[in-house]
Amino acid sequence: MADLKLADIAKSYGDVNVLKNIDLDISSGEFIVFVGPSGCGKSTLLRMIAGLEQISGGTLDIDGQRMNDIPPSQRGIAMVFQSYALYPHMTVRDNMAFALKIAGKSRDEIRDATDRAGKMLQLTPYLDRLPKALSGGQRQRVAIGRALVRDPKVYLFDEPLSNLDAALRVATRIEIAQLKESMPDRTMVYVTHDQTEAMTLADRIVVLAGGGIAQVGAPLELYERPINEFVAGFIGSPAMNLLPGKVTAVGEETTVALAGGGEARVAIPTRAGDEGMPVNLGVRPEDMFETDGPALFEGKVDLTEALGEVTLLYFGTNAETVPVIAKLPGIHAGYGGRTVRLAAKPEAMHLFHDGESLLYRDGVELPPYQPRVASAG
Amino acid sequence: MELFWLAISTIAIGVFGCVAWFWGSNMILDTIYPPRGEKAGDNIRRANQIRPWLFLGPAILFLGLYLVYPVLDSLWRSLHNADGSRFVGVDNYTWAVGDSKFGESMRNNMLWLLVVPALSTLFGLIAAQLTDRIKWGNIGKSLIFMPMAISFVGAGVIWKFIYEYRDADETQIGLLNYLVTKLGGDSQLWLTLIPWNNFFLMIVLVWIQTGFAMVILSAALRGIPEETIEAAILDGASPLQVFFKIKVPQIMGTIAVVWTTITIVVLKVFDIVFVMTNGQWGTQVLANLMYDWMFRGTPDYGRGSAIAIVLMLLVTPIMVWNIRNVRKEIR
Repeated sequence: MADLKLADIAKSYGDVNVLKNIDLDISSGEFIVFVGPSGCGKSTLLRMIAGLEQISGGTLDIDGQRMNDIPPSQRGIAMVFQSYALYPHMTVRDNMAFALKIAGKSRDEIRDATDRAGKMLQLTPYLDRLPKALSGGQRQRVAIGRALVRDPKVYLFDEPLSNLDAALRVATRIEIAQLKESMPDRTMVYVTHDQTEAMTLADRIVVLAGGGIAQVGAPLELYERPINEFVAGFIGSPAMNLLPGKVTAVGEETTVALAGGGEARVAIPTRAGDEGMPVNLGVRPEDMFETDGPALFEGKVDLTEALGEVTLLYFGTNAETVPVIAKLPGIHAGYGGRTVRLAAKPEAMHLFHDGESLLYRDGVELPPYQPRVASAG
Repeated sequence: MELFWLAISTIAIGVFGCVAWFWGSNMILDTIYPPRGEKAGDNIRRANQIRPWLFLGPAILFLGLYLVYPVLDSLWRSLHNADGSRFVGVDNYTWAVGDSKFGESMRNNMLWLLVVPALSTLFGLIAAQLTDRIKWGNIGKSLIFMPMAISFVGAGVIWKFIYEYRDADETQIGLLNYLVTKLGGDSQLWLTLIPWNNFFLMIVLVWIQTGFAMVILSAALRGIPEETIEAAILDGASPLQVFFKIKVPQIMGTIAVVWTTITIVVLKVFDIVFVMTNGQWGTQVLANLMYDWMFRGTPDYGRGSAIAIVLMLLVTPIMVWNIRNVRKEIR
């Protein structure tokens, strides 16, 4: 019911530019997640949409209406804060009712709205309690309820789960996903630094870095087709391994000779004349497997982390470079100190030149993204 | 010069004595219960139970001497005749109940009690909110806080000049009468205008206490989480609604502490009245009345002490409540 259009949005404090050239179209009913490292400006961008920060440049439209100078309460938005920001002197019901009271709604209307929100968020038994008598998860639900009763066109979430403990975070994440499902026409913008939240909740993820947008796309698209080394490293855990090498053969598939001695065939096309180009071969830890045949990487395991469902193998932890990590499914006891040969499928590897992915080279027409199905081989 | 050396040596002996007491008593305690050897754990526990009393000891002793003893002595005197030679029971108190000046003092004290804390807290709150929002707020704050540094007697003298009266044909040296005559009015003997003169005295204390209220409330306002204010703005609250519905309720505890602290100051008010009217023209208050009976003309220690005890009984419950509130705030 509400689409957002951010055109050339910029934010500066004095001479310091925090954000610049932000162009983003959010369509009605979408769940958009802003992710990025601390200080990338993702919260600032959200607060600019909310109206809590002045927009230094560019325009923000909601439903085609310019919002730059419209006060926050008239933008049709509601925001959930990281710290919950509940009014400590008001009961749960009054917290949720505050906006409606200000808006001059009738007493019955307010009662109905708060009852409904209370029921939806399982807060009915707590409606007459003060926030201090609630647990962290309940407080966060009240904060969501406060947004809910106003029935806004756009929901803004500013790291809503980061003050919760791990178990509660998962539970509340699922609640938010269900909430979104029950309101398919409401637009949601969600800021987080947690990539699990981003991957599970988002229709599209916006990766912010260095004051700009690095890449926008569906979660799996960012995972499988990162536009540059930053996105490649940011999405996925542990981060993608980057192995330096040189292109030796070009064509529909590219052959790369790695500085570490291995060789790899990658399902990314290169052109004549690319031979000898220095590249970084990107391969995710979970895409690597043990092999007896030609190896991409061979090394002595310095450290293992057995997590049960997977085992992480670390290579080169003593070196000054980033260690290479492989994630093997299942339990692999006694791998410490062993020399292991690893390979990966050609379509599971990435090539970066000067930090940028070769997939997105100028003049290349990328087919629309289709998720790679895991059981293909 | 002799006096100077006397002062210096008093300070030296005092400071040295304190250090010697804390260091020495602590050392003796550690010798009796050494924190080592087989029973180290037991000894440390026992020593820790005794240590607070050693350190508190001097304070308790001197507080007892200079606070508790005078109270008991006042109580004793209030039950005796003028020079303390004969026990008279509650005669001094029954006298007070019937005395018109005592009644007037009680009435005036109640009036002070209602007006001064309310106005000081209100002005302090407004000043705190406004000075936080403007560029030259810190200068404003300093100016409002400055009267706190002036003694009540000094403030009384300053305001006596403001209310100063001269005949219409003379030059008006009082600020208030100057303004009034400029505006075409007649100069007034402000401090004799019953009952308004009471309020003219109260303004002096409001002037002093507003700075105190402002400083404490300003700190409390800054302690309010910014997100709750932002949330209220998103909820559509106007600046006034944010102030009254979000900010003020969150600092209610601090407001109560400020209010009661000023209340206690007000109940003890003496200097301002003493300097400006000395309780004439219907402005008498309890502390000044007590002073009159104690030290003016032929002293009557009995009646003076009785008034003092009444004053103490009035202050005590507010004091207890105040201390409780402060403790709650700290937690």
